[in-house]
Amino acid sequence: MTIDMTQFYQVFFDEADEHLADMESLLLELDVDQPDLEMLNAIFRAAHSIKGGAGTFGFTDMARVTHVLETLLDRLRKQELQPVTEMVDAFLEAGDVLKAQLQAHREGEEYQDERIDRVCTWLERLTHGEQPAGTAPSASPTAAPAHSDQTQTAEPTWKISFDPLASEFKPDVHLDALAESLGELGTLQRYSEATGRPVVWYLSGPGVCLNNIQEIFDFICDLDGVQIAPMDDAEKSASPAADHEDEAFGFFDEAPGTPQDAEDPGYGFFADSPAAPVSIPPENNGQPSDSGYGFFENAPGAEASQDTESDGYGLFGNSPGMEQVASQAAHDREENAQGYGLFDPSPGYPSSTKSGDDSPSGSTEAPTKGGDSGGAPPNKENAAKSQTPKRGPGGDSSIRVSVEKVDQLINLVGELVITHAMLAESATHLDPVAHEKIFSGLSNLERNSRDLQQSVMSIRMMPISFVFNRFPRVVRDTAANLQKKVTLRLVGEDTELDKGLIERLADPLNHLVRNSIDHGIESPEKRRAAGKSETGEIVLRASHQGGNIVIEVNDDGAGLNREKLLAKATERGVPMSDNPSDKEVFQLIFAAGFSTADKVTDISGRGVGMDVVRRNIEQMNGRIEIDSAPGQGTRITIRLPLTLAILDGMAVRLGDETFILPLTAIRESIQPKREQFKTVSGKGRVLNTSGEYLPLVVLQDIFELGQVGQSLEDSIVVIVDTNEGRMALVVDELMAQQQVVIKSLETNYRKVRGVSGATILGDGRVALILDVDELVQLNQEMQPKRTGTSEQGNLA
Amino acid sequence: MSEDLKERAVITSDDSREYLTFTLGDEEYGIDILNVQEIRGYDAVTKIANSPDYIKGVINMRGVIVPIIDMRLKFHLGQVEYNQFTVVIILNISGRVIGMVVDGVSDVVALKGEQIRPAPEFGAVLDTAYIDGLATLDERMVIVVDIEKLMTSGDMGLVDRIQNESS
Repeated sequence: MTIDMTQFYQVFFDEADEHLADMESLLLELDVDQPDLEMLNAIFRAAHSIKGGAGTFGFTDMARVTHVLETLLDRLRKQELQPVTEMVDAFLEAGDVLKAQLQAHREGEEYQDERIDRVCTWLERLTHGEQPAGTAPSASPTAAPAHSDQTQTAEPTWKISFDPLASEFKPDVHLDALAESLGELGTLQRYSEATGRPVVWYLSGPGVCLNNIQEIFDFICDLDGVQIAPMDDAEKSASPAADHEDEAFGFFDEAPGTPQDAEDPGYGFFADSPAAPVSIPPENNGQPSDSGYGFFENAPGAEASQDTESDGYGLFGNSPGMEQVASQAAHDREENAQGYGLFDPSPGYPSSTKSGDDSPSGSTEAPTKGGDSGGAPPNKENAAKSQTPKRGPGGDSSIRVSVEKVDQLINLVGELVITHAMLAESATHLDPVAHEKIFSGLSNLERNSRDLQQSVMSIRMMPISFVFNRFPRVVRDTAANLQKKVTLRLVGEDTELDKGLIERLADPLNHLVRNSIDHGIESPEKRRAAGKSETGEIVLRASHQGGNIVIEVNDDGAGLNREKLLAKATERGVPMSDNPSDKEVFQLIFAAGFSTADKVTDISGRGVGMDVVRRNIEQMNGRIEIDSAPGQGTRITIRLPLTLAILDGMAVRLGDETFILPLTAIRESIQPKREQFKTVSGKGRVLNTSGEYLPLVVLQDIFELGQVGQSLEDSIVVIVDTNEGRMALVVDELMAQQQVVIKSLETNYRKVRGVSGATILGDGRVALILDVDELVQLNQEMQPKRTGTSEQGNLA
Repeated sequence: MSEDLKERAVITSDDSREYLTFTLGDEEYGIDILNVQEIRGYDAVTKIANSPDYIKGVINMRGVIVPIIDMRLKFHLGQVEYNQFTVVIILNISGRVIGMVVDGVSDVVALKGEQIRPAPEFGAVLDTAYIDGLATLDERMVIVVDIEKLMTSGDMGLVDRIQNESS
């Protein structure tokens, strides 16, 4: 059986994005001197989740990076290593690599860059506890020159000369600020500042254009006093950039705002990204072999991958290479004093410290940015690999919204439906002819609000394949363990149900499937002996039935052994009727601890945890049934409501009160005849229906509603299924079948026994939703309290 | 919502706090106005099974299910009748919305700390644990009730107690 895993990629991408963003914000919060163990754990978990997901979906490259990351984090959280700033840097860098990989996978490609290896070795080195070396992360020598080449050739350089004194601003203070603002456009080289006026600066950078410079100056001084002119070398180097790009400058492929579009689209991007200019000074300095160079090379800022640049400078600000920048700057100052320094107070330096402070806020917007620009960058790559099928424009096809918001929406729509019902009810008093418009408006409103309700509900709906598709693996592994041959067939994986249910369904189903393999399907030898094919089959089937989801776990194994179950029940003293139906017998396996005691029989294991399964299902307002035929197999049927928020119910009247009875529980309703009511030794009342005696539950008594309005014969008896078998519920009247929005009583009140919640009826009144299972229990507790006489009176 | 209210607590310059006073029979009670969400008339309630008589049931207040308590029944005071003049004070107590039926709402008063005297022991009628004190206001005595403590107390049966939850 093959499964198309690609349908889950989007989920993984979204999740991984979330984990990466979490990891990043945690990393940025992490106080290296006093690391919070909880925080380290959280980071570890995030990394671990990505690794798990990546492994599952076969993104081995991501799994590899996360694995190294995880190893180091693991040592940290076990406190085998003391975290240092460099590790945070390395983690952030790894995070960036992962993001790039993720982005590439989204595009249906594989991210390939020496960055990956570099980060891995860096992390590995840190894991082995090496001290931060002077050279910081090892630079990749091949990438370095290419990189410098490119940036250098690509940048237009502007010569800016002005007279600070004439232009009415104070020197020093404003000059630095100005330099900083300019530094955000590109690399700023400050000439002849100390020597006197006028000041001459050179500004180069991929996104620099005349307007921007003028804008900045416009803020500070009169533009007349400033001369801005392009430099020659920008022109002469403009053309080669485009040729080289493809092979040489791997990472710049995805960086917008690089070479040839220096003037326009890229500009906006780099304007708020000081990372790029920060990384450039050493290159312009013409010292590619400088030790500081490798550092810059490695900093995410240098790589300018489009969705991470804002984090880049956070990293830059703290990184161990800082001293080198500082010393470099100091060195330059010395040179400058001698007359030939290229850039005085290294322009990268001030801006990097500043942006370090900004980075937390920057990182929060990083994911959105990544999403926004997701479609744009890889155009060139696409042209090259146009055959590669694209997976669509990532990011935009789904959004993650908190469940709370969706629930709020569902509640509001529920209110809308209720309001409509109230309006409709008021309108029934009107003359349809005279108020035709009102009626047509109301019917429009009804249709619209129903559509709205459906679409809002569908937000929470997911195909059940999200649970089903884990089972091929489960079946394979379990079967291999038990040396059985089992195939799995999935039917109706597209059936949609509430996300909340899906998550809670996984465990019970897992249990059922494993049980089926373990105890249902026989060994190949036995199967052959029984004349069946050696390979057993398990079928997981999901379908809609009315307002319910029905999930079946079928196996073609040996089936349940009625006699053994009965023997077991007797042994354990479980009360059974003389001639119990198969259903009753099979329900035994759901009894708590029923077969955990010993494993004598081949079906004994089936009881293990089955009560847990049943309880899980019941918590979801669902029911579980079991059918079995010896030698043919077993079918376990789970019935669930489509959603947790809405219930199909039957409104029933009891005196003046209305109650809602879940439709899933109702078997049938009958108009009883007097002779059907019987008492058992004056204690319990029963109802005889088609030969069966069912306990009779009189809601009036249980809920102490006071006087019994009508005699039992005039009442309606609703036969309901409970986990203790069937029972007969006496109500005054069946009113209507309707969908109700479930509201919790516990929000403002407390749990009321016999009631699972409340809802608001069309007339705005509150109706309680009955919990039949609790009613049975209540009824049993009530029995001793009753006296025979009062019932006799009722019956009469 | 209660959190918001707390933050802009009405503490006027002279350290006084504002109280909503209501009557139950001949007695006047005061509760912290910050616990009051709104005041409304009495609607039909939906009865809740097996609850004490002073819990009248639940109502639908704009989509929120709100339990209604009749204080007159709880304290055995006043004439218990429901007509168009019956007033329900909707309280917001630590996020829970609870409605309280009283005879009438009289006033909003500002009381300083020193105006509230400790209450003597009453015995059984009302546990003094829920009474912050007694205040005199133009010859009237106002019983200042710690409504939060009262409504969350076990014997009101409004909040699940721990043993209830486990059952």
